[in-house]
Amino acid sequence: MKARSILALLACLAAPVAAQAQDAVPATVRIATEGAYAPYNFTKPDGSLDGFEIELGREVCARAKLKCEFIAQDWDGTVPGLQAKKFDAIMSGMNITEARLKVIDFSKPYSIDHSGFAVDAKGPLAKLPMNGASIPLANEAEAQKALDAIKPLLKGTTIGVQVSTVNAAFLDRYLKGTAEIREYKTTEQHDLDLAAGRIDAIFANDAPLRATAEKPDFAGSIVLAGPRFLGGILGRGAAIGLRKGDTALKARLDEGIASVIEDGTLKRLSTKWFKADMTPPQG
Amino acid sequence: MIDIAFLAESLRALAAGLPLTLGLTGGAVALGLVLAGLAAAGRLSGIAVLDGLARLYVFVFRGTPLLVQLFLIYYGLGQFRPDLQALGLWWFFREPYWCALLALTLNTGAYTAEIIRGGVLAVPHGAVLAGRACGMSRGLLLRRIVLPLAARQALPAYGNEVISVVKATSLASTITLLDLTGIAQKLIAQSFRALEVFVCAGAFYLAINLAIIGLVRLAETILAPDLRRPRPV
Amino acid sequence: MGTLALLGFGPGGWGAALLGAAATTLLLALAGFALGLVLGGLAAAGRIAGPAPLRLLATGYTTLLRGVPDLLVIYLLYFGGSAALGGIAGWFGHAGYVGVPPFWVGAVALGLISGAYQAEVFRGAYAAVDRGQIEAARAVGMHRGLILRRVTVPLVARTALPGLGNVWQILLKDSALVSVTGLVELLRQAQVGAGSTRQPFPFYLTAGALYLAITTVSNLAFARAEARARRGLP
Repeated sequence: MKARSILALLACLAAPVAAQAQDAVPATVRIATEGAYAPYNFTKPDGSLDGFEIELGREVCARAKLKCEFIAQDWDGTVPGLQAKKFDAIMSGMNITEARLKVIDFSKPYSIDHSGFAVDAKGPLAKLPMNGASIPLANEAEAQKALDAIKPLLKGTTIGVQVSTVNAAFLDRYLKGTAEIREYKTTEQHDLDLAAGRIDAIFANDAPLRATAEKPDFAGSIVLAGPRFLGGILGRGAAIGLRKGDTALKARLDEGIASVIEDGTLKRLSTKWFKADMTPPQG
Repeated sequence: MIDIAFLAESLRALAAGLPLTLGLTGGAVALGLVLAGLAAAGRLSGIAVLDGLARLYVFVFRGTPLLVQLFLIYYGLGQFRPDLQALGLWWFFREPYWCALLALTLNTGAYTAEIIRGGVLAVPHGAVLAGRACGMSRGLLLRRIVLPLAARQALPAYGNEVISVVKATSLASTITLLDLTGIAQKLIAQSFRALEVFVCAGAFYLAINLAIIGLVRLAETILAPDLRRPRPV
Repeated sequence: MGTLALLGFGPGGWGAALLGAAATTLLLALAGFALGLVLGGLAAAGRIAGPAPLRLLATGYTTLLRGVPDLLVIYLLYFGGSAALGGIAGWFGHAGYVGVPPFWVGAVALGLISGAYQAEVFRGAYAAVDRGQIEAARAVGMHRGLILRRVTVPLVARTALPGLGNVWQILLKDSALVSVTGLVELLRQAQVGAGSTRQPFPFYLTAGALYLAITTVSNLAFARAEARARRGLP
């Protein structure tokens, strides 16, 4: 008797689990974004979110016939928040990397950006060699040549980077021991410390760096310098971060992304926000 | 379920932050004690200006959060870089380490000043009178009677304050310093395993604090020989 | 814009936002204090009168929470707390996110921290209760529940009041640490203002002044409550 009632109770508990199988697409897809990474995503003075990813996300959701809403979430809490089901997806300039694939899944990539340094316009690092050269990290010989060219100038300097990013992983692998690396919670904080002269350089994605260098507060005092790196440890481009096992949602979003690539919408949005087509190679 | 290899790896990585945590603690406790001594002397001096200054210092630093003090020193004063450079002080405020040490010192100094004042006020008046009756000079009286008795009285509260400083050093991680907490955050950013990493970091702090409690007990027995159990004859 | 206008209540001024955030800080500390009161009371009761396993649990809780940095506790709840809750909800067939608003994550963290301190305050206050009072109550024929309600708890509350005042002060200042979770309380609001105007100094200075005002006023309130509780005592 007792055993049977326990079984019945267990069945009751299990039933809704089966009904809401992991694979169902949520009625409203909640998408987390940092809201502090212009032009990818940023918060307007009135508190609303805007930027490349906000506009793109709305477009992709419309194509995939999904109801979506954006939620602002501090960068360092995005992956834990996704795992805790605080939201269902991440669109926050997050690159596909092997390390992240161990814990979460990704849609197709929707943009790819170089990473590099920004420095004090009047400081010695403004003369970093190979300025503007695109260096694919997959080509090891070329990458080594570029690193060897910049290392002498970077020796003993302090470089700021946002915590838990591909850029932090890059510095950790290639410049540890050459320069002191300081990790910040937000890019805004490392921008301020670069302007204050506490650090000699920041390492970040090109689009946000250009946005920072163009801000009235920093115009003329901060410039991009040195080679621009791509691929390898820096990832295969920004994509929508998803929980492992949410395959139905992934399939719908992938369709949506394929659709905006096909009819040129992605190219239009990319050009609007980045002044360049940053559509990643498909395949 | 429990990933021993990961825990061991985390402990090893966290150990690299130990020198910074201990260094900040030691520095802030030592400098804070000096500052607290001055502030307590000011409060007990009977000179209105000194008393008022010390009072204001204690009031402000005990009444506001340490994190606000830290941000005010690090980000707030960063705004005045040209002025600080003109004064030749920028080398100090440029470094997050010195900013953290300054904030911790000012903060613990305020709390410790009150502990010292309480200890001095608790010295029995009779003991001071007796010393004076024996013809002790002011300095000798302070050194041989007042300070030892005050120290004994203040020790338990002071032990708690040192533990507070150990815990407070974790705030240094908010201005990019890689102390125990800073490294813990870095590890979580890489592995997304918050629980395991924080358990390891917590174990370090707990170990430090238990060691401090042991040291305080030892100091208590040294300072209060009359309370020691007599040695067997 | 001058510094005064920046912090004022006019258009583009941050005054209203900062005051609103100060109210959040106050509510956060109040919620944390109330939770801590329950936790602290339970832990103190466990340590004083509980069976051995409960006593061990209560001792472990107070030692642990007083021995590790408060910032670590807040981070742990921020990163891991909602995951744990999500997991528990998952067992009960709830697949979505269990809606724990950031405010309550902060309040629970502060409750856990202050509960450990409050447990120590209550334990000390209980130890200071004059045994004669309890014996007298027993002698007039009061049963256990009545003694607890009419004698022990009022006496403990009175003795604990100064200690609770100290815990409240610690808690108010600890609430600033919750800013790392993104909850817009006073310090976070100051950070937002500092970031968007690039004038960190006036914003942090104002935040500091508001904290000072809150701690000073609540200090006075506790002093009055103490005076009231000690009516009729020498």
